[in-house]
Amino acid sequence: MSTEFAEPASKVELPAGVGGGGEIPTFDVHMRVRRYNPEVSEEATWDDFHLTMYGTDRVLDALHKVKWEIDGSLSFRRSCAHGVCGSDAMRINGRNRLACKTLLKDLDTSKPITVEPIKGLPVEKDLIVDMEPFFQSYREVMPFLINKGHEPTRERLQSAEDRERFDDTTKCILCAACTSSCPVFWTDGQYFGPAAIVNAHRFIFDSRDDAGDMRLEILNDKEGVWRCRTTFNCSEACPRGIQVTQAIQEVKQAILSRKI
Amino acid sequence: MTATIESPRSGRIAPQYRRHGGSRGNFEMIAWLFMRLSGVVLVVLIFGHLFVNLMVGEGIHAIDFGFVAGKWADPFWQVWDLTMLWLAMLHGTNGVRTIINDYAEKDSTRRWLKTVLYSATVVIIVLGTLVIFTFDPCPVVNGVPLPGGFCPA
Repeated sequence: MSTEFAEPASKVELPAGVGGGGEIPTFDVHMRVRRYNPEVSEEATWDDFHLTMYGTDRVLDALHKVKWEIDGSLSFRRSCAHGVCGSDAMRINGRNRLACKTLLKDLDTSKPITVEPIKGLPVEKDLIVDMEPFFQSYREVMPFLINKGHEPTRERLQSAEDRERFDDTTKCILCAACTSSCPVFWTDGQYFGPAAIVNAHRFIFDSRDDAGDMRLEILNDKEGVWRCRTTFNCSEACPRGIQVTQAIQEVKQAILSRKI
Repeated sequence: MTATIESPRSGRIAPQYRRHGGSRGNFEMIAWLFMRLSGVVLVVLIFGHLFVNLMVGEGIHAIDFGFVAGKWADPFWQVWDLTMLWLAMLHGTNGVRTIINDYAEKDSTRRWLKTVLYSATVVIIVLGTLVIFTFDPCPVVNGVPLPGGFCPA
């Protein structure tokens, strides 16, 4: 016995002409990408690409289209492509952002969309920079839990209020958008940079951590928090919306109140 | 012959990014704190100075050599002006020092600019302090008082 059931009627009334993958509006974009290949030339140049993209596409999709269909030599980092891994921070239209979180439709498509590597770190090829100096500063603030007490047999408990104290700075994905947007870091690359301070903040204000004093002493360096000029570039650049400048100010205050 | 594979680069830092020796000590913290505290005090001192000189009494029309001489005969205004001189000079010097640190890219440039800055600061502070304390509105040279309408004959 076979019974045929009709598909249940749609609960959402769609106006005629909407729906289906082909219905997403398309538009033309002009991508202007900074290219650098030390094996060919010491000079970086601009390359222009004209693409037809969809309304749901991000800058990363445009870069993929270039790499997969037009010029396979274009180099950039990306891993998860969904704003979590922090690999594809780049300077898009002069602002540091994640290529995978920037929708093309949100940019001004009447003008070329410029894509450059993040500033202040040595470029290796095209949009790829050497992140080692950035990670070195991160390592120096000891971004791990240091607890002098006995090893508990269960997890280390913490009240919701204590957890809330450093909640904002737990969101960092180490994409370097903040550090490479900081004009003080651009000068000579000596400054620890916002990202290292944010990750120190995450442990300094953690009630379970015992090494806050050590971290404050490290950031009391001549290249530490006191080089921050509160220009707020970092807070604007952060793709996770961390109040970076505020975190830096809180670390400054913590150093001051410890010393005085 | 075996092919050698370069060891992973992790931990190898481009030399220009390496921080030369941690400068422990609290100098930068004290400089940062000084900027904020001196700034607050300077706002009071400078607006007090402007108000007394430009608004009180005859206001701006009263300012002449005699007016300044009269102010510096009073220890209150001596201390006021001395504090203003020192705080303003140190505040300004520290500000320019910060700008040099931020904008000079080479250590040698930095050193030169700072030498010029500190020399200028020392000259102005010493000269200013000297003037405030040794100012004599009615100098007598070789037994002859210099001309000036406000000096007792």
